[in-house]
Amino acid sequence: MLELFRSLWGYRGFVFSSIRNEFSARFSRSRLGGLWMIINPLAQVAIYALVLSNVLAAKLPGIENKYAYALYLMAGILAWSLFAEIIGRCLTLFIDQGNLMKKMRFPRITLPVIVVGSCLLNYLLLFVALLVVFALLGQWPQWQMLWLIPLTVVVTALAVGLGLIIGVLNVFIRDVGQVIPILLQIWFWFTPVVYPLNIIPDEYKGYMAMNPMFPIVSAYHDVLVYARAPDMQSIALTAAIALVLLGLGLFMFRRAAPEMVDVL
Amino acid sequence: MSLLSVNNLGKAYRTYTSELQRVARWFGLPVKPSEEHWVLQHLSFNIEAGEAIGIVGQNGAGKSTLLKMITGTLQPTEGHVQVNGRIAAILELGMGFTPDLTGRQNVYHAAGLMGFNSEQIDEIIDDIAAFAEIGSYFDDAVRTYSSGMQMRVAFAVATAFRPDILIVDEALSVGDSYFQHKSFERIREFQRQGTTLLIVSHDRGSIQALCDRAILLEKGTVIKDGNPEEVMDFYNALIAEKENSKVEVRELEDGSLQTRSGSGEASIGAVTLHNAAGERIEFASVGEPVSLRVQTQINIPIPELVVGYMIKDRLGQPVFGTNTHHLGCTLHDLQAGETPGYSFNFIANLGVGSYSVAVALHTTDSHLARNYEWVDLTLVFNVVNISQGEFVGLAWIPPTVECHR
Repeated sequence: MLELFRSLWGYRGFVFSSIRNEFSARFSRSRLGGLWMIINPLAQVAIYALVLSNVLAAKLPGIENKYAYALYLMAGILAWSLFAEIIGRCLTLFIDQGNLMKKMRFPRITLPVIVVGSCLLNYLLLFVALLVVFALLGQWPQWQMLWLIPLTVVVTALAVGLGLIIGVLNVFIRDVGQVIPILLQIWFWFTPVVYPLNIIPDEYKGYMAMNPMFPIVSAYHDVLVYARAPDMQSIALTAAIALVLLGLGLFMFRRAAPEMVDVL
Repeated sequence: MSLLSVNNLGKAYRTYTSELQRVARWFGLPVKPSEEHWVLQHLSFNIEAGEAIGIVGQNGAGKSTLLKMITGTLQPTEGHVQVNGRIAAILELGMGFTPDLTGRQNVYHAAGLMGFNSEQIDEIIDDIAAFAEIGSYFDDAVRTYSSGMQMRVAFAVATAFRPDILIVDEALSVGDSYFQHKSFERIREFQRQGTTLLIVSHDRGSIQALCDRAILLEKGTVIKDGNPEEVMDFYNALIAEKENSKVEVRELEDGSLQTRSGSGEASIGAVTLHNAAGERIEFASVGEPVSLRVQTQINIPIPELVVGYMIKDRLGQPVFGTNTHHLGCTLHDLQAGETPGYSFNFIANLGVGSYSVAVALHTTDSHLARNYEWVDLTLVFNVVNISQGEFVGLAWIPPTVECHR
């Protein structure tokens, strides 16, 4: 395991340049270039804010802001998009990079690290855009937002753990790649991102506790929308699940790594 | 301690009745694969620093599997490869290049993929640009490059740092012939500085010119490991060996190895060299008219017979070869017991040195279709310079000179 981190450290230059290349290649031929890195998430967030609040005019109980629903939605989306992006990219990671893995010798562990790095960068930009839109809507940054740092760590760990497991499985069983996007959709609708928790009938609320993303998304709501500390107990449980999955993911990755090239 | 030691190496591709069984295996459950397909087995050899080794073998013999295990992209199923040094491979040039980035950015990225950090690359980036010789294109997007320019940059990165072992695919063409010479010069320079070369090739010429040892792979095992000339003779015989003919290697009095192969419908008798007077000779002088006589014997009736010969220099490089098909003297409908004799008359326009003659009996224009018999080193003769002026080289190409002042 120690060796894993040592080889990763040795290849840090490659990891950084991969992340940088990914971004610069994405914007290299556009006139506005790097500006798109901000414009894209900004537009995405602004569309949610304007369309959903004005058209749907939904209001959340306990919040005076007219754009309360938009704030709620954006906070949830911020958490979910990081989670879904990491999983989605890990899912096809080894298949996409199959050619490289077959032809070059380098520490395989750099591949998921690059994915995490670039997803976190996207996430950071989305967060900056979100702060801008929040400020425009009258919600100013506050200290509770520091909670986002540990929350981000937990959601990343959860996503990477799951992502590694399904990414490795997908190399050998390609059906995984087909079924996971469907499951992610279902999971999305079983997490209160677009709807408030109180519309769920009481007898079903208990099931929410089984969803490790529920405490995360709720915590994002608490921190960003309601400006209060999240529920530590449920977060701790999700963190524990994330840790177990991460361990399992790394274990499977190490076991599968020698065989992956055989079937790619 | 050897630079590279391959010990009882084997590679099997395993299939399972269900992929879930494979997953179960990772967790330590005792599951047997439904099928094991061994592509390489029981490979052992050592390679020392500074050697140049050719790896030869037919398609599917396991050459690339072996190289992948040496470079480390493929994990062996059994045995192990121990490498005490850095390996660089120029098999896949341009892996990991992003078309929208500049040559310079791609160099940093590709060198990073090889495990170098940006400070190390900073030091040699100018050398890389200078070696690639693509001028200001170096700072343009790789997408705008011609394939030759892309190859130049890729080769420059791959060989920017001198490795302890360099793996070269001979089929690799690095753009134009100017750059090919340049890249070859760099490979030779590495070799002089002590880099071990591993060259994969089908080409006898380049193996014998570059290597001091050759390893022949066939059906996943090493069937011959020795000096390039012998290995290549054996390899050629192996290709020629169709149907159930056999290959036989015999040690000659002087210690060199003679390879004889073929299906045996016809066989080669005495092969001798004669001078203009018809006397048998072992020494020919430069520019002397000589006659190469080949006796053959038909063992089983055959529809067609072509006799070919090849003169090789002492390193085994082909100097000249032809056959009676090309000379317009193909014999048809031969009966058992016939003994056709041939005289190939030519001028010994050869440089000073020792030459050997290989003779083959076959049909049509090459020994690949039907190979009745192929014998290497049937005759060894020497060329001496008695009557001509001093010259060097393999061939005697007498010039006239005009001089102006």
